[in-house]
Amino acid sequence: MHQVYGFVVGPLAWIAFAVFVLGSIWKMYTMYRSAKTRDGQVLAYWNLKYALRSIIHWSVPFWPVNSRRHPFMTIVSFTFHICLVLVPVFLLAHVMLWDYYHGFRFWSLPEGAADVMTFLVILACLVFAVRRILLREVRYVTSAMDWAVLAIVFLPFLTGFLAYHQIGPYRVMIILHILFGEIMLAAIPFTRLSHMLLSPFSRGYIGSEFGGVRKAKDW
Amino acid sequence: MEATAEKAEEKKYVDAGIQKGLDALTPEKVEKAINRVFRAETGARLKAYEEICVRCGLCADGCHYYLSHEGDPAYAPVGKVKQTLWKLLKKRGRITPEELERVALVAYTECNLCRRCAMYCPLGIDTAYIITVVRRLCHLLGITPRYIQDTAHSHSVTMNQMWVKEDEWIDSLLWQEEEAREEIPTLRIPLDKEGADIMYSVIAPEPKFQPQLIYYAAVILNECGMDWTMPSMPGWDNSDMAMFTGDVELMGRLKRSHFERAQKLRVKRVVMGECGHAFRAVYDVGNRWLGWRDFPVEVVHAIDFYWQMLQEGRLKVKKKFERPVTLHDPCNIVRGRGLHEKARDLVRAFCSNFTEMHPNREHNYCCCAGGGVINCGPPYKKVRVEGNSIKADQLKATGAEVVIAPCHNCHSGLKDIIEAYDVGMELSFFSEIIYECMEKPNAVEG
Ligand code: SF4
Ligand code: SF4
Repeated sequence: MHQVYGFVVGPLAWIAFAVFVLGSIWKMYTMYRSAKTRDGQVLAYWNLKYALRSIIHWSVPFWPVNSRRHPFMTIVSFTFHICLVLVPVFLLAHVMLWDYYHGFRFWSLPEGAADVMTFLVILACLVFAVRRILLREVRYVTSAMDWAVLAIVFLPFLTGFLAYHQIGPYRVMIILHILFGEIMLAAIPFTRLSHMLLSPFSRGYIGSEFGGVRKAKDW
Repeated sequence: MEATAEKAEEKKYVDAGIQKGLDALTPEKVEKAINRVFRAETGARLKAYEEICVRCGLCADGCHYYLSHEGDPAYAPVGKVKQTLWKLLKKRGRITPEELERVALVAYTECNLCRRCAMYCPLGIDTAYIITVVRRLCHLLGITPRYIQDTAHSHSVTMNQMWVKEDEWIDSLLWQEEEAREEIPTLRIPLDKEGADIMYSVIAPEPKFQPQLIYYAAVILNECGMDWTMPSMPGWDNSDMAMFTGDVELMGRLKRSHFERAQKLRVKRVVMGECGHAFRAVYDVGNRWLGWRDFPVEVVHAIDFYWQMLQEGRLKVKKKFERPVTLHDPCNIVRGRGLHEKARDLVRAFCSNFTEMHPNREHNYCCCAGGGVINCGPPYKKVRVEGNSIKADQLKATGAEVVIAPCHNCHSGLKDIIEAYDVGMELSFFSEIIYECMEKPNAVEG
């Protein structure tokens, strides 16, 4: 057990980070190259002012018309994305790992808050799952891949939550937690999760088109 | 239950245009075209859209087809992408003729490329762009609905959309000039006047079916004291169905001919009639294909032009249009070009009783005729009328008697909807109302 633990926090962690970082660089580079060589319009019409205008509008809940049409989804989705990013980076236990292995410390979330936020991510994942099953327009376009991606996000939070509350066998849980976390990280550049990297550009591009060419709002 | 649209596709009508194309296809040909379109002709956007779409279904509410079909998922924007792009990418050359037929029907008749859904996707995915790419593929495969392909053939042969012959075109202009001179004896429709300030261009259905619109425009241009001209030679038609069939090469030829006509006449700018898709072809699509970021000659939409005339005091209001009106915001000039406030300025200047429809401006529902859907002909009338019951509800709720629709496509589409759902409204272009209510200093009282 000890060796497995050593492996997942050691070499495997390195591999996961490397896959995430290099994969992300590769993704961004290939997208840029593709835009440059085969989709020149993207760069030609890119307009920072309107890109930011669009990104800002869509970053404020209930500003876009569609976010007002779906208030529950807006709340769930914003909560989910905020917690999803903050918890893994600023959880005390994670910050301590950085300190232990690499010798630097930074601010961390109060433990109680992190716990609640983890729970919210779990809940949000369940909401997304229920949507996928119950809403026709979502079910119609859902494939196995969507379930896989949802599981990839769900599992590290679930196991982290169980481990923190010492539910189930702690050591197994913590190893699973680390493993799932690493899978999630490595999956970002290669699955739909890449919207984490690309959405500022897709949003920014449509914002540029609407603002620069079409002289219209896009929210 | 899942996809009623898909299932309801019992063979009702065999589109000869699509069928002939399908008969000639082999898996190798399909594979080759797919590779060409998805590997060589497109890049970052299509790739990113395909990859990052999280299948959340939030774009559904953006589409009038979906809203009109009680939430049938096959009509949600992402549902259409599933039936077209995803299917093509998954099956490639192995796609069956039946599936390909469905791809063509979704792309040509179940999406107006109105881009409303782009404002509803949190990631900013432009489904209209995806469908445009699918149409491009259909064009290369030769599976385009017959009626719209015929208009493209007309473009190719005559450089106008309606097989209008050169003498017919010139005749129509002279005829309208003659008619208008009874009202305004000094009026001219100057043909090929080099160095005029303005070249006025129209879509071919005007001389063919609605020559009075040329009359109204001529009166407005004259009475505002403009130095203007209309070309007698090809390039006079600014419409562009090739843009919608996926025939980008032909679209390029058409736009070049339009711009070059203006350049040969050395005009300062082109003013075009109240049309939406033609405007889109000029400011957004055709110009890009030709390598122009904007355009080589400034092109001004009629709304913008009337608005400028009003601001400059050249266009004066003589009396107000009293009947209750509402305004339909055409996609290609509002969500596409931000002319909504100018349009409202015009309405308020000329009409005394104006009610907004809701939603409006960028969020207005499409007429369901645009994007070439109405040009796919009578066989698909039901698709677009049933696909837009929400529009009928929206119109009815205004209680207006007249709906101003400053776009030809919208006009024809709304007419069918008004009839089918017993909305009981009349349609009007801006030019009709302006013509009726403006001061005409040179007119003889009759
Ligand atoms: S018709 Fe308009 S809203 Fe519907 S899918 Fe096409 S572009 Fe989107
Ligand atoms: S809203 Fe955007 S991300 Fe969601 S399903 Fe529609 S296109 Fe995909």
